[in-house]
Amino acid sequence: MLMLKLAYRNIIGAGMRTWLNVAALSFAFVTIIFLKGVYNGMNDQVERATIDALYGGGQYWHERYDPYDPQSTVDAHGNIPEVLRPLIKQKGAVPILIRQGTIYPGGRFRNILLKGIDPQQKILAIPVSALAERNRTIPAMIGTRMAKHTGLHINDLITVQWRTSHGTFDAREVMIVNIFKTTVQEIDNDQIWIPIDIMQTITELPDQATMIIMNKENITIPTVPGWNFRDLNFLLQDLHSLVEMKSMGGSIFYTILLLLAMLAIFDTQVLSIWHRRKEMGTLMALGMTRTQLIGLFTLEGSFHGILAALVGALYGIPLLSYVARNGWGLPQSTDDFGFAFGDRIFPSYSLGLIVGTTILVLVITTIVSFLPTKKIASLKPTDALKGKMT
Amino acid sequence: MEISNSMLIRTERLDKIYPLGPATIKALDNVSLSVAKGEFLGLVGPSGSGKTTLLNIIGSLDSPSSGSALVLGNRIELLSHKESSRLRNDHIGFIFQTFNLLPVYTVYENVEFPLLLLGTPSAQRTKMVMQALEWVGLAGRAKSKPSQLSGGQSQRVAIARAIVKKPEIVLADEPTANLDAANSHNIMKTMVDLNKELKTTFIFATHDEKVISYLDRKVTLFDGQIEKDELREPAR
Repeated sequence: MLMLKLAYRNIIGAGMRTWLNVAALSFAFVTIIFLKGVYNGMNDQVERATIDALYGGGQYWHERYDPYDPQSTVDAHGNIPEVLRPLIKQKGAVPILIRQGTIYPGGRFRNILLKGIDPQQKILAIPVSALAERNRTIPAMIGTRMAKHTGLHINDLITVQWRTSHGTFDAREVMIVNIFKTTVQEIDNDQIWIPIDIMQTITELPDQATMIIMNKENITIPTVPGWNFRDLNFLLQDLHSLVEMKSMGGSIFYTILLLLAMLAIFDTQVLSIWHRRKEMGTLMALGMTRTQLIGLFTLEGSFHGILAALVGALYGIPLLSYVARNGWGLPQSTDDFGFAFGDRIFPSYSLGLIVGTTILVLVITTIVSFLPTKKIASLKPTDALKGKMT
Repeated sequence: MEISNSMLIRTERLDKIYPLGPATIKALDNVSLSVAKGEFLGLVGPSGSGKTTLLNIIGSLDSPSSGSALVLGNRIELLSHKESSRLRNDHIGFIFQTFNLLPVYTVYENVEFPLLLLGTPSAQRTKMVMQALEWVGLAGRAKSKPSQLSGGQSQRVAIARAIVKKPEIVLADEPTANLDAANSHNIMKTMVDLNKELKTTFIFATHDEKVISYLDRKVTLFDGQIEKDELREPAR
């Protein structure tokens, strides 16, 4: 209790020196929590968007389907399983048929994936209702990235070539009826979406699909011969690895930030000991033991951490809450990162993040305060009184 | 000097040797000295004569290289760091040449500090601090910071801090070295009064004639040895 009282007196009495340290440390606090919050928010946001637009509640893959092998799509199709038909009829699942194709925008050859989907589906957050229009040629839609890369616009006609189930080439003109904007590149890049019934007809694959995407609310997952169910844990593993890899960069940044803040505390403590060595000698002469001295100076350092947490809370809570509510605008270039960021990131701060960061900073502050203070333990009172350090 | 069992301090054949590069320097050489309760004693001599070293050993801030120093029944050379801290905390007050006040504390807090270490209850602490400040005539400056005090006032705060716990021994190392003549006399008079009133033993390390004039025993050191030990009639 005495040491607490003395440490409090010392750091409050130190005035500006204390508050400069506290300001630097509180900035580190708030920035670390902000950065971690951004990565958490980014992770949540990317995952949510990917589930909504791509994975749904999990997917049945035809047993020959391999998303990493475009050639596999030639054979990766089969009759829609009987057991899933009622669910598809009730809009609890949606079949997708995928074929490899070729287009020639501007006379240049470009491989694409032709994807057939039910224009009435509501499971995936893709604006496919435009495909329901049937009064012209085959309606098709593409994403903004695909449009940019191919120079296609709405109402443009483009010839799509593919292999039929018999292995012969066939081609049709499709009309771009919608260009949709999405944060999920996996439904955009080099893909053309058309109605599944038309696709089944022109590819001579009636009633067939490559995958069947389940509604998120589906809890019954029947075993279907010839089809493999892929749950969200499986589907999201690449994404999680990618986010983890990206967040490593952020971790390095905030580790550097934390180390800089700790260096400031360490430096302050070393300087403090240097400037206060005569004071330490006086404290020893007055009867303070080495243990008490170490305790006092370590506590002073720890108090910086506690004050920084309080000061950080004063401006950090309103600031971070504001950013969490309004999001953090991202430049257009982040669209090329390979993540479904969206235009804004909404940081997500969990209680664990805040408590964990606070404890981490307090522990490190205490350690870097203790280390230089250990020097005092070997100090002779007479040397300290003379201002010597050895 | 006759040595009796009532002596507060007794040193016998005390040596203190410091390393100085490859060589050594003998700061104290076979010093035997006894000090009784209530003495107003000065260790006098030129710089390097060993005054401060002897004072530091008596104050358990340092230990002898050989010989023995018995202070209030404690063998200084045998004390652990914790035990010597306790001896200083319980029984010894220090007054330094440069005052050594704690800069971020007020006058009151500086004087209160030794009592905090002793665990004196709050109400009693307040009473003792104010009494000590009244002894040195600074009760009105209790809330001032050391930076707001003159040299003489600062040294009086240091005296108050040294005597607030009513120690058996007060050790003062060149207490008037940074003070002008008028302040030096004031300070010395204050300590003489406290010596009479509290029966506190004062030991000074000094070569200031103004201090020497107040001493009732003068121990002259030269090259680490006691050259002369004389009782005297102080000019008070």
